Amino acid sequence: MATFFGEVVAAPSRAGVDEDDEDEALAREEAPEDREIRLELEKKREVHILWNTAFSATIESSSDNPFPCSKFILGVGQNAAAFLSSFVLNSGDWEVVGSIKLWNEWSRTSNTTSVLPTDSFCLFYRLIPDPTVLLCQCTCFVAEDQQFQWLEKVFGCMQKTDLQVAVLSTSSITDYKTLESTLTISSPFLKVLKTKEFKDNICCSLLEQPNIVRDLPAAVLSYCQVWQIPAVLYQCYTDIIKLDMVTIETFKPVLSSKILKSLVKDISRNRETLVKLMTTTEINNIYT
Amino acid sequence: MFVSCDGSARPDFKDFTLLMPAVSVGNIGQLAIDLVISTLRMTKVGYFYTDCLVPMVGNNPYATTEENATELCINAEVYAMPPKELVVLQIRSPFIKNKYRHFCETLLSWVKSCRFAKVVLLSSSHAYQRNDHQLRTTSLRYLLSPAVPKPVQDLMQRLNWRELERVAAFPGVNDDEKVFHIPGGGITKLLFTESCSKGIQMVVLLKFCSEGDNIPDALVLADYLNEWLQVTTYQQSGCSSAQSSKWKMPSSWKLLFGSGLPPALF
Repeated sequence: MATFFGEVVAAPSRAGVDEDDEDEALAREEAPEDREIRLELEKKREVHILWNTAFSATIESSSDNPFPCSKFILGVGQNAAAFLSSFVLNSGDWEVVGSIKLWNEWSRTSNTTSVLPTDSFCLFYRLIPDPTVLLCQCTCFVAEDQQFQWLEKVFGCMQKTDLQVAVLSTSSITDYKTLESTLTISSPFLKVLKTKEFKDNICCSLLEQPNIVRDLPAAVLSYCQVWQIPAVLYQCYTDIIKLDMVTIETFKPVLSSKILKSLVKDISRNRETLVKLMTTTEINNIYT
Repeated sequence: MFVSCDGSARPDFKDFTLLMPAVSVGNIGQLAIDLVISTLRMTKVGYFYTDCLVPMVGNNPYATTEENATELCINAEVYAMPPKELVVLQIRSPFIKNKYRHFCETLLSWVKSCRFAKVVLLSSSHAYQRNDHQLRTTSLRYLLSPAVPKPVQDLMQRLNWRELERVAAFPGVNDDEKVFHIPGGGITKLLFTESCSKGIQMVVLLKFCSEGDNIPDALVLADYLNEWLQVTTYQQSGCSSAQSSKWKMPSSWKLLFGSGLPPALF
């Protein structure tokens, strides 16, 4: 569980409220100073969505109506973002249309849309031949209190009729629960979760109970489930947390899914891009 | 905010009982709610869509067949059983810091707008913080808001239940001023005091417990609830272990303590 002061600590207790002090604080009225600090912090942690001038003009021209969106593809984390870069963005004409600006104990995104693969960022792309297709790469950490804001801001500007959502994300294999030991199962592997409205075929097996997914992918899927938007989450379980070729390629079956199939035409150059991406992000040690 | 599953208008919950957990020590309330939903095979009617809970998704925790296993579940869902006039809110994730108060406000305004007859909150409190008197007696306690009608109070007395003791706010200094102290109870105290001031009928059922394998605690709390509300029709007096066996544990309660062990260990 992340706290406001930078450190990440495992929740020591399953009690609803961690400390007794907080129990007391709950029952007590908030002091004006505390309130001021809390509001300042909340303001600092607000999520802002910044559209490019050209794109915001098109949004506004549609008289403050949400813009039509047929497909929204979201890659959460470095590996999913790299997969989208090398297989999807690379095989079509895409333009950057906006970014998310947020601040928390782990991530500070900049205002610029020109980013390095190692930066933490959240960028939106639009397919030039079909402007209703939106893609988002999110490699920055979105804190628990910011995930809801992220949803409201991003989905708030989309038209939700005929919208389809696909989310790609990775998590550690240690989070995967199975009867076998996780040491004996081969990784990485792909699992899927889908909302009630999602009726297409899926390219891999469903995530079994009692496994759960958290954070931004879970927030997006919950939103889609509640508001009846067809959505699917491809969750890759891997034993390598950093950018990794094998993990990225685990997402390959997703290319044949209905939502991505029409967007991916030429994947002959993808290996090249992937290698380039890997070498630029490789952190060299002092001996090389 | 309540959002119904099929996008239809809000269902009529007038005079129903709302049963919900407090996210508290050992997650006993949540586990007991799981038992109720799973045993009664309640149907999901909607979601409690809120920014106060940590997001989580998974497949149907109460799956009984391969078909219904693929139903997505989220962090706060509402189940109903109209013949029993019962609505259950299950909460599956912890609260986001600083959002407890907001959650309680939203919840209680929903309770008011739906005109629920009463709210039953299943909760728990740290066993190690009991006083001498509490150590010697049963581990189950109840609390009633002033709006709860007299017959319910009488029934609880007939059942020989114990009300949660108030403790001195400043022990040794002033023993006259007494307050409720529910350590590890999460939002229990806040929700209870708010219900008292808003005139909402609230019944809190709680158990003192420690963290660990809390399934036995959940069964005890579910039995405690059943003793009064009789949510499951099957009633058997006497042996408590026989009573517990009537609860159906949901399929998602497996692997509570992690994955299998690597065979190389042995």
